[in-house]
Amino acid sequence: MIKNFEELQNKCKECSACLDAKFAGADGKRHILICGGTGCLSTNSAAIREEFERLIKEKGLSDKVEINQVGCFGMCSQGPFVKIFPEETLYRMLKVSDVDEILESDIKGGKVVERLLYVDPVTKEKIRKQDDIPFYKKQVHIALHAVGSIDPENLEEALARGAFQGLARALKMERQDVINEVLNSGLRGRGGGGFPTGRKWQFAFAQPEGEKYVVCNGDEGDPGAFMDEAILEGNPLAVIEGMMIAGYAIGAKNGYFYVRAEYPVAVARLLNAIKMAEDAGLLGDNILGSNFSFRCHLRLGAGAFVCGEETALLNSIQGQRGMPRPRPPFPAVKGLWDCPTIVNNVETLACVPYILREGFGEFAKYGTERSKGTKVFALAGKVNNVGLVEVPMGTTLRELIYDIGGGIPNGKKFKAIQTGGPSGGCLTAEDLDAAIDYDNLVAKGSMMGSGGAIVMDEDNCMVDVAKFYMDFICDESCGKCSPCRIGTKRMLEMLTKITDGTATLEDLDKLNALAENIKADSLCALGQTAPNPILSTLSHFKDEYMAHILDKKCPAHVCKNLMQYKIDKEKCIGCGLCAKNCPADAIHKTDYTAPGHKLPSMEIDPSKCVKCGACMSGCKFGAISKE
Amino acid sequence: MAQLSEAAVKRINEICDKYASEKTPLMMILSDIQKEYGYIPLDVQEIVSERTGISVAEIYGVVTFYSFFSLKPKGKFVIGCCLGTACYVKGAQQVIDKFSEILGIHPGETTEDGLFTLDALRCIGACAISPAIKINGKVYPKVAVSAVPGIIEEYKKEAKA
Repeated sequence: MIKNFEELQNKCKECSACLDAKFAGADGKRHILICGGTGCLSTNSAAIREEFERLIKEKGLSDKVEINQVGCFGMCSQGPFVKIFPEETLYRMLKVSDVDEILESDIKGGKVVERLLYVDPVTKEKIRKQDDIPFYKKQVHIALHAVGSIDPENLEEALARGAFQGLARALKMERQDVINEVLNSGLRGRGGGGFPTGRKWQFAFAQPEGEKYVVCNGDEGDPGAFMDEAILEGNPLAVIEGMMIAGYAIGAKNGYFYVRAEYPVAVARLLNAIKMAEDAGLLGDNILGSNFSFRCHLRLGAGAFVCGEETALLNSIQGQRGMPRPRPPFPAVKGLWDCPTIVNNVETLACVPYILREGFGEFAKYGTERSKGTKVFALAGKVNNVGLVEVPMGTTLRELIYDIGGGIPNGKKFKAIQTGGPSGGCLTAEDLDAAIDYDNLVAKGSMMGSGGAIVMDEDNCMVDVAKFYMDFICDESCGKCSPCRIGTKRMLEMLTKITDGTATLEDLDKLNALAENIKADSLCALGQTAPNPILSTLSHFKDEYMAHILDKKCPAHVCKNLMQYKIDKEKCIGCGLCAKNCPADAIHKTDYTAPGHKLPSMEIDPSKCVKCGACMSGCKFGAISKE
Repeated sequence: MAQLSEAAVKRINEICDKYASEKTPLMMILSDIQKEYGYIPLDVQEIVSERTGISVAEIYGVVTFYSFFSLKPKGKFVIGCCLGTACYVKGAQQVIDKFSEILGIHPGETTEDGLFTLDALRCIGACAISPAIKINGKVYPKVAVSAVPGIIEEYKKEAKA
């Protein structure tokens, strides 16, 4: 039990010294950290950890080496990772069968296993230390503080990295001063809209004393974004601490986490962290001997994207259909069970302990004039280094995609980066040098959203991408207001006509007009922003829309009705593998044999072809292409 | 509809009582029932209604709103294909189409033998290993269309074993 400030300080110092000594190898042991984030767990990191444990025992190395699970390393496409201290050697893309070699060569023999090191995709150079990899060099970790370096299921490791120091400082301050600290930091909501966090708190603080609530929005629904998941998995106590600071500031005694049911690992670690904090007396009554009492509760989502909208989320916690409420009244006045409530996103709350621990200036020194601090992006899609990236606001897209992301794979050409998910839009090569902040992205027709950043290359059809998002929104519209319920369905139909090649220019005009109507008339942000992917792709890639409508062609060869597979009869050696792979029996021999080949070449019957692509992916001679 | 067993009625009442001290427990009760039985048919909703005093209409409204709750039983193996953006741009549509083709069912349906349910999921947070699928909780990374028949066979074998 940690009963007062002094005990906390002593405990933190003790834990910190202990963890530093451990990483420095002062106990005479090597320490292996293994990634336990969702990405690495699904590429088998749990089995790798078991293999380490088994072999360490079998080889009698228990007094020489220890293995610990930590949170996400960030560069998920290269997972699973282990990092070995004190040398900080990073091994990546491990398999269970690699464990023996690591123990024999590195742990026993002191020799680095070269073949498991990260290889720079540009210079082809092998890099041994994590910090030397370009992916990590430009990053600043505030929201991701300690994620990937501490065991999320161990309170002492979190304390070693400053957990509850922010709360301890806050509890000695006046409540208004805590709010001022957050206001001065310039922190804006990291979940989407970017509303100043301190102002939200101020509204709730100004309400008469009584039951108030803090709600943490962990319903990370934006497809392609997984930073909240990684934070909850990697350092759940930071989010709990952020929630407690918010609770102290506005005068709330209870906090609710609302987390997607799709994130079982995050849910388990969060529950464990709440229990650890309760057992240590850091959650409960009279925390650290102060008058402040606080309890955390958990509610699970049930697969509804709209519940990321704060009023829909509150209805869901209240056991109702997750439909948004008209505003005003705002949640800060009338929220959960009609009490004043603030709803903050996971990443937002994860920044709060840092601001209170280090002071607002340390946070505000990063970023642009109106967007302070850092932002975590989930870089995904057609980019070499897929993963989580935390950079100062104001970083350019070029730095994000090329310096950190390592560029586009397979020598393909960059086409666009989609930010803000189904509510956002695309930025193109023209915008590569634009500084990323809230206002800049909006000015360019996109938005920050929760930080999903999906890179697209020349093989992606932008009309198809717009259709993808509209299909998503149609599925997820809650049905309460008609512009969103009916309008998005009509927009999807129009987009389908375009990708089928049956649309006319009149349809395009109708689509544009309808998009503007839905934007103006929907009840909540889901509907108001639903047309954005269409409007944005229309403004940047109108030629692609025109090609679909006028020429009946899909320039990226994605839309099935507007493309076909073709066999180059000069390149085809007549092996017949494509015909074997074809599920529709659409490929047959011709009577033409190309010069230099022994067998007649094959050809595709377009009337039978189902355009599955099995022929092309199986052809070893590059004889099949799309056109 | 078959009569619910006494044991099932007892268990559902227990789940309701577990959350009796909560202000608005409906989502938690339904999540537990879904987890335990795999679906929440109307007669179960009636029991929840009797125990909690929440009207059946309201419960039905909630059950049908959220995609995690199901009125019908799911298959022994639930194949969830992620159709989040990162997976989609890496060809997830072709993967789910292949499952659909081989199993002969659309997303959201269950095969007649009760073995497989095919679901379209919206981002499971495994964007780095896209396209990803999830079968009964196990995540498969970077699923190629050509790997789909083998995956289905794997589970057919497991069902026989």
